[in-house]
Amino acid sequence: MENRKTIRKFFCVWSFEKEEDWLNEMAMNGWVLESVGFCSYHFVRCEPGEYAVRLEMHPYDESYVQFMQETGAEYVGRMIAWVYFRKKTADGPFDLFSDIDSRIRHLDRIGKMLAVIGGANLLIGLLNSFNPSRIGWINLLAATALAYALGRIHGKKEALEKERLLHE
Amino acid sequence: MPDTLALTEATYYILLSLYAPRHGYGIMQQTEEMSGGRVRLAAGTLYGALNTLCDKGWIIQLPVDDGSRRKEYRLTEKGKGILKNEVKRLRELARNGEKILGEDM
Repeated sequence: MENRKTIRKFFCVWSFEKEEDWLNEMAMNGWVLESVGFCSYHFVRCEPGEYAVRLEMHPYDESYVQFMQETGAEYVGRMIAWVYFRKKTADGPFDLFSDIDSRIRHLDRIGKMLAVIGGANLLIGLLNSFNPSRIGWINLLAATALAYALGRIHGKKEALEKERLLHE
Repeated sequence: MPDTLALTEATYYILLSLYAPRHGYGIMQQTEEMSGGRVRLAAGTLYGALNTLCDKGWIIQLPVDDGSRRKEYRLTEKGKGILKNEVKRLRELARNGEKILGEDM
């Protein structure tokens, strides 16, 4: 029986919770994330339910990874600005965020990154639209997609802010 | 932000845990124990809060011993003052709640 497998899969940036759910479903079925690549996930066999997997957008920060390891989590890898951790379920529950404020700050980090990349694409697209080859439309398309993603992230944030009026 | 605003539950328990020096995981354990398992700080939330509290000067990071890479933190005098005010505020909240609800409690 194979002990390792790779699955190619694409998730939209606002579906990071779905991505996490899928990774945990894989772990429940005996496949835990071992490393990540661009739109590809590498799994290794584990006991069903042996691990919980979490992901988050976080700028590269060695001391954060070290901090997570101190709490018993294992660093799986990173892809673009996303970082992946896993923890044995026997070592206790595993969550990255325990209050609304830190969830909102996380969405802010995602939003900021989308705005920067989207803005850059818009600029390049506009500059290139004067270019006779009309290649700028690719960047303008990318900027439109990123603006849409930003809207989705903002919607999530608004829902949390409403919740925070009543709770922490 | 004025320092007189209400603290979040996470901030309150982090400060309380740091009355004695502790590292990150120690804060998580202490908080869970004090609250009888009700409040569980997640690592990402705690990490962000520790950085903010250091910036505010409510806690400090202690010099790291050779051999141990774990960072330890402790409450500052300023942090202690904040915590004392918060206890007063919470007492007022609880007192008013009990006064009005009275026998309903």
